Amino acid sequence: MADYIAKTPCDGLLPQTIGSLTLTETAVDRMTSFMPWKGREKTASKALKAACGVAFPGPNETSASGDVQAIWTGRGQCFILGVELPDGLSAEGALTDQSDAWAVMSLRGDAAVDVLARLCPVDLRDAAFKPGDTVRTEMQHMMVSVTRMDDGFQIMVMRSFAKTAVHDLTETMKAIAARA
Amino acid sequence: MRIKCPLCGERDRREFYYQGAAIALNRPAPDAGDEAWNDYIHNRENPAGRTKDLWHHEAGCSAWLVVERNTVTHEIYGVELAEDVKRGSKNAD
Repeated sequence: MADYIAKTPCDGLLPQTIGSLTLTETAVDRMTSFMPWKGREKTASKALKAACGVAFPGPNETSASGDVQAIWTGRGQCFILGVELPDGLSAEGALTDQSDAWAVMSLRGDAAVDVLARLCPVDLRDAAFKPGDTVRTEMQHMMVSVTRMDDGFQIMVMRSFAKTAVHDLTETMKAIAARA
Repeated sequence: MRIKCPLCGERDRREFYYQGAAIALNRPAPDAGDEAWNDYIHNRENPAGRTKDLWHHEAGCSAWLVVERNTVTHEIYGVELAEDVKRGSKNAD
């Protein structure tokens, strides 16, 4: 049996440093979407907390416990990163394996917010978007999930968009760095 | 134009996709007759003033919304989740 060589979504594209901005790929070994069945939102959140320590996050919110992160990704949906969820949780909602399906990147640097201001039609400045906050929005024309971390932004796009997303981000980083 | 999504908050129009009149939520009974079904599928008002549309928050939370707006002034009077309108049996036309 041949051993397959796994490539991450941004393999050969990242990391990149432009001026004082850095764009790196974040390795996520397990990512699962969780959509509670209708009418079971509360019990689903409790079951999720019992299974991995994080509650179902509200709109535009995340919850975290240790290395496990739950990111709200839409109406009745969140993504759980960093843990393998027990099958029993499917009694409370639909579980779908998203590992390898998303490119997860981190954008860091003082001007990171200026880069995203050129790409996303949402206010991501400190006053409006605090660590732990998240949005589903568009970056150019790509559906994207942006989460504020303590030291930057976590950006997730579908894997097929990885090259375009890296292109748009790095071109904008160059433009911002040129004005610094 | 900005639409205040009940889940995400106020967002740019670019995130949304327009579907059409919110009459789509008032599906007639299967035996309602040809006239009711003809109206439902083909006939639309074209008001200069208040209208209710269905919008999809495509690049956001993926929810379907009922947006009540004014076609003359572009004022938006209210935005609700289509699910709430449908389940609450609120009149969508």
